Amino acid sequence: MNIQFREQTESVAPLTVKTAIADCDIHPARATRTELYPYLAKRWQHHLEVYGVHAYQGMMEGPPYPKAQPNASRRDAYPPEGGPQGSSLSFMQKQLLDPNNVQLGVLNPLNTGQGIRNHELSAALCSAINDWQIDKWTSKDKRLKASIVVGNEDGLSAAAEIRERAGDRNFVQVLLLSRNIEPLGQRRYWPIYQAAEEAGLPVGVHAFGFGGNPITPSGWPSYYIEEMVGHSQCQQSALASLVLEGVFERFPKLKMVMIEAGFGWAPSLAWRLDKVWQRLRSEVPHVRRPPSEYIREQVWWTTQPMEDPERREDLFDVIKWIGWDRLLFATDYPHWDYDEPSRVLPAGVSEAHREAFYLGNAKKLYGIS
Amino acid sequence: MASLIAGGVDCDVHPAVPHLTSLLPYLNDYWRDQVTTRGMVDLVSQSYPANSPMTVRPDWRPESGKPGESLADMQRHVLDPFQLDLAVCNPLYGVQMVFSEDMQAAFCRALNDWLVKEWLDRDARLRGAIVIPTQSVDKAVAELERCAQDRRFVQVLMLVMGDTPLGKRALWPIYEAAERLDLPIGIHAGSAYHNPPTAVGWGSYHIEDYVGQAQAFQTQLTSLIVEGVFAKYPRLKMVMLESGVSWISPYLWRLHKFWRGVRMETPWVDRAPLDIVRSNIRFSLQPFDAPPDAETLIRLFDHMQSDELVLFSTDYPHWQFDGQDALPEGLSTDLVRKIMIDNPHATYPRLKELPSKEARP
Repeated sequence: MNIQFREQTESVAPLTVKTAIADCDIHPARATRTELYPYLAKRWQHHLEVYGVHAYQGMMEGPPYPKAQPNASRRDAYPPEGGPQGSSLSFMQKQLLDPNNVQLGVLNPLNTGQGIRNHELSAALCSAINDWQIDKWTSKDKRLKASIVVGNEDGLSAAAEIRERAGDRNFVQVLLLSRNIEPLGQRRYWPIYQAAEEAGLPVGVHAFGFGGNPITPSGWPSYYIEEMVGHSQCQQSALASLVLEGVFERFPKLKMVMIEAGFGWAPSLAWRLDKVWQRLRSEVPHVRRPPSEYIREQVWWTTQPMEDPERREDLFDVIKWIGWDRLLFATDYPHWDYDEPSRVLPAGVSEAHREAFYLGNAKKLYGIS
Repeated sequence: MASLIAGGVDCDVHPAVPHLTSLLPYLNDYWRDQVTTRGMVDLVSQSYPANSPMTVRPDWRPESGKPGESLADMQRHVLDPFQLDLAVCNPLYGVQMVFSEDMQAAFCRALNDWLVKEWLDRDARLRGAIVIPTQSVDKAVAELERCAQDRRFVQVLMLVMGDTPLGKRALWPIYEAAERLDLPIGIHAGSAYHNPPTAVGWGSYHIEDYVGQAQAFQTQLTSLIVEGVFAKYPRLKMVMLESGVSWISPYLWRLHKFWRGVRMETPWVDRAPLDIVRSNIRFSLQPFDAPPDAETLIRLFDHMQSDELVLFSTDYPHWQFDGQDALPEGLSTDLVRKIMIDNPHATYPRLKELPSKEARP
């Protein structure tokens, strides 16, 4: 499944993939600690030097659950010119975009301005990372498209950032993380959905983030694997909140993408929501239709990390229940749990489904011709 | 619907404590005085508001009193019509919500004694679950050992959302005692509300809490498996009660993938998570959270690759199905027999023992 260690040589052997693909989850990194400073006011540069980002977690740097590998990234993805994995466009082209024939690559910058307790700093960092995505990436490679990173806990400033970027074709979606102060359906986030709907941009919800809540409803677990597996439970709770608060009912043109949290859980969650809604709908009269209908119409999923059944064809049942038109292929480059494009789909998939899965669904959703 | 067979075991029924004052006869002088002097109110968890449609099936709702408080109703609604041989009583009284470990221990003790006197002594088909004061592991083990002398207690009961993840090492003396005394650990839906009821914070609605139970079970399974509970206590069984069923396989596919990727972090996990679940974890049937068609059901059971994981339950008096339709469409006769009889008996060693005067302390 995962490429954990591969010798880095000048001639990275290209893996042959016959058709073009979209990679809907690529993580661009900063080459140096101060790479964003040119996009930040002096005040915020000073603030970062003195106080740090002051996130909704305790560590000054690095994550509280140590990753499995440095920067949670492939050991073979360090650029030859130095810097962390994912920080070099030329090496990303050489290692990911060219050999895999990536026609559309969606950038999802992490560790940016989100999950930060000072909401003004959050807004400034998000604006900076958005400028940086254009300068360093999308203006230099037309295959790459950016995500509008927004200060997630301040709906109004986030909406302002979306409106400022609306219509700029460097950006194809708005980016949120799954873990926030409150479940994502709560009213504080509605201005984000309203602005995204007006701008015609999907909202991607990427696994991860910090909102101060323990990553289980029974408190903090011990291990990195619990955090990793737990992202799918966070995503389920976030999606349930979006449905039950009536976000899809209120914003019927809103499209949401569940990124890097798996998709195998989706049918079960939708069935459970439907069943319980039949019993308890008087509590949520604003949810007018069975929850599975909103999910079927307004939600997409990126594929990585693909669930890995012992019998790989079992996954076809799940995909059928979700819909072949709702999955967007992603590698998660340069992270360690990268899914290899040539190997993720079991044999026996029709050409039409294969094309939709690897490219067609993404082009349609993100409006790429 | 598949046909029920006589002689089954219902692994999840809920007798209700009518009111906190019902426990007064089972409390000592100090705690009786505390309850009355401080004007303590009934311990009803918001996991199951008494008037919520989920909490009681419309035709099972009593004219007065709490749903589930009458033995005659339970006999009339499930024990007789389902021709049950045995039923496991899992009391969902809100004793887990209090913050004082002393108070919690006193209430658990009273609740367990109340269950014996008001239920187990009055219908020979009933078996009990020992509710433990999880906040204090010492007190929990003591209560477990005290009650275990009565062989009609067939399992230990914990809530799926408590103070800490259930795999945490501090809780292991509970699991040691449970394994030693032939008691599976039943983990039931519900929260002590000592943490937000979802991993992304407090939702707005009762329906949101209920949907979230399934995610809570998933995080607990991860914790139990990766902390190494079943490597340390290989004979220990755990039963997920009112957990939902349809999420099991996709969840395990994900856990298995990450375990293969980062197993160096938890090297004591000596078997694949899929194998651990097949040997040590069971799930109650209701609520069966899948569409009512046989084709989907057959695929879901096929994905599990085991006919031993699911145990029959009605979840009485909660509203999970109508009429006698406790078994979803599409189960084969063989699978019905496994679910209703063989699997419960294989899970709960104490069910085989006949109730007798000698079995009681």
